[in-house]
Amino acid sequence: MAAEREAARRSGARAADFRDPTTESALAKWVLIAITVAFLGLFLFLPLISVFSEALRRGVDVAYEAITEPDAVEAIKLTLLVASIAVPLNLVFGVCAAWAIAKYEFKGKAFLITLIDLPFSVSPVIAGLVYVLLFGSESLLGPWLARHGIQILFAVPGVVLATIFVTFPFVARELIPLMEDQGTGDEEAAISLGASGWQTFLHVTLPNIKWGLLYGVLLCNARAMGEFGAVSVVSGRLRGETVTMPLQVEILYNEYNFVAAFAVASLLALLALVTLALKALLERVYGRDTAAVIGH
Amino acid sequence: MEVRIQNVRKEFNRFPALHDVSLDIRSGELIALLGPSGSGKTTLLRLIAGLDFPTGGSIFFGDEDASRKTVQERNVGFVFQHYALFRHMTVADNIGFGLKVRPSSARPSKAEIRKRAIELLDLVQLSGLENRYPSQLSGGQRQRVALARALAIEPKVLLLDEPFGALDALVRRELRRWLREIHDATGHTTVFVTHDQEEALELADRVVVMSQGRIEQVGTADEVYDAPNSPFVFSFIGESSHLPVTVVGGQVLLNGEPTGLTLSGRDGSALLYFRPHDVDLITSPAEGISGTVVASRRVAGTRRIELDVKGCNENVEIEVPVSHPAANSSQVVFRPRKWSIYPTDNVGSFTTAPARPVRESAA
Repeated sequence: MAAEREAARRSGARAADFRDPTTESALAKWVLIAITVAFLGLFLFLPLISVFSEALRRGVDVAYEAITEPDAVEAIKLTLLVASIAVPLNLVFGVCAAWAIAKYEFKGKAFLITLIDLPFSVSPVIAGLVYVLLFGSESLLGPWLARHGIQILFAVPGVVLATIFVTFPFVARELIPLMEDQGTGDEEAAISLGASGWQTFLHVTLPNIKWGLLYGVLLCNARAMGEFGAVSVVSGRLRGETVTMPLQVEILYNEYNFVAAFAVASLLALLALVTLALKALLERVYGRDTAAVIGH
Repeated sequence: MEVRIQNVRKEFNRFPALHDVSLDIRSGELIALLGPSGSGKTTLLRLIAGLDFPTGGSIFFGDEDASRKTVQERNVGFVFQHYALFRHMTVADNIGFGLKVRPSSARPSKAEIRKRAIELLDLVQLSGLENRYPSQLSGGQRQRVALARALAIEPKVLLLDEPFGALDALVRRELRRWLREIHDATGHTTVFVTHDQEEALELADRVVVMSQGRIEQVGTADEVYDAPNSPFVFSFIGESSHLPVTVVGGQVLLNGEPTGLTLSGRDGSALLYFRPHDVDLITSPAEGISGTVVASRRVAGTRRIELDVKGCNENVEIEVPVSHPAANSSQVVFRPRKWSIYPTDNVGSFTTAPARPVRESAA
């Protein structure tokens, strides 16, 4: 690979007057880059800057106060709690689903894959409404749950369920192509050497998918913390009880408490930035790993 | 450990991959399963390993019925075409894996596992590479590591699935010789799958020729090459040409004309098989097969001539010495020196025909 690149570079230097037939002219290149940068600046970078600047408009102290205020602290706690339940569950589910789809042949496999994608294609608000229909007082399950003193809607369990629904494709989607690509050769080698199913998973399968898994978990976590629509419908917005960070931002904003709203929003935005940075880092490490494996 | 395969059948989704296959493999033997793709050779190997289970029949390791045992219980060493090395483990950890996953009662200490791995690396001539990762090795080196890993568990049987299939020709030849040496040194009963007849004939004690889910012939390299028992084996192993003939009163006739070949067998239509290099060029058309030269090619040390023989759809190839004048003439008469005849009466496609040679001429 390296040698090929080197050769290409040298011949490129010799034939500098000729353009690669698939490469556009310099003008086209710069125009394309400029459009992309302008677009990103306008729609991503500027809003992000404004979130932080709005939060800090009246100083760091005011922003700090806004995020340490009891309701905000409760919202942060709830968000962390929801993520810490939803992410591990979806991790287990994602690995199971990816394993089933990648390593076995069975009827209805294509249907199962479509089903896993469902939360991506359905609006989160509808996901929330489904839970309301399922657990609400008018539903089939509602009265039974009420008799047993189990509250799901307008309580933390509802928020957790809605979040799980919305985030469950992330890990599975990340792993399925990876595991399909890797096939079953390594697992067969392990069992032929006497390893049990569990040992094979632990020592062979898991290390093979670890980067993809971590990446999926990161995305899943970012979405779990940032989910608004589905959670908004099922939470009932009881301040200090069922309000997560995104909901808290909206409530504060509707109360014209802009500094507080943007302060909480900046926390969320920071989370997104950390996720992106981690993702970029993972992609570099992961890319090196796979390059080493593929580069026979 | 001897391996006996008894009436094994395998179907995938009702599609038969192996029909009633039986085979005895002697202890310490190096045996090749040879056949074109789709012949069932890899299926048979995976059944022996326990990576698949037979639809019917049994597989015995010694006197033990292994066919209902799991792959872990069978204790076989399996080497894959694409190595299947664990990419996140060092070479030493790869080789020691089979020992590491043993139950604690049977598991050697860490130091012992490492010592054993290094011994095996010496055996496969890769001393000093124990701390490398698979991605840092060449294809040939990876396959050596894969073999060392399979040997580490002291397998009852060593199974190799197209072990050299992913390697280039030069490395392949080298590893072939080396595998023979390892086999002779360790004495494991070894079964390997290949579609490369040269590999099978050179390496194996006995070759199992397979076609369309059946065993066509089992024999040494000499037996399958010199005495093929079916048209399939004749045409699959080595070069061959064939002609549709009729047998009348011990005479082999082509288009009703005598070919100079005689045999003692029943009359009827048949296929005459011979090897391009096993022919004599003669002058009298009445005592041989004549054909029109349509092409002449120089192939290494000989010249190969393509002949259009009357009454035969396909052209026939024969080999002549480079300086022989036949290459420049338009008509050539030849007579096979060694040949086989397979009756085609009551037989459909000849490749599946379990036909017996009526007679072998040994000139």
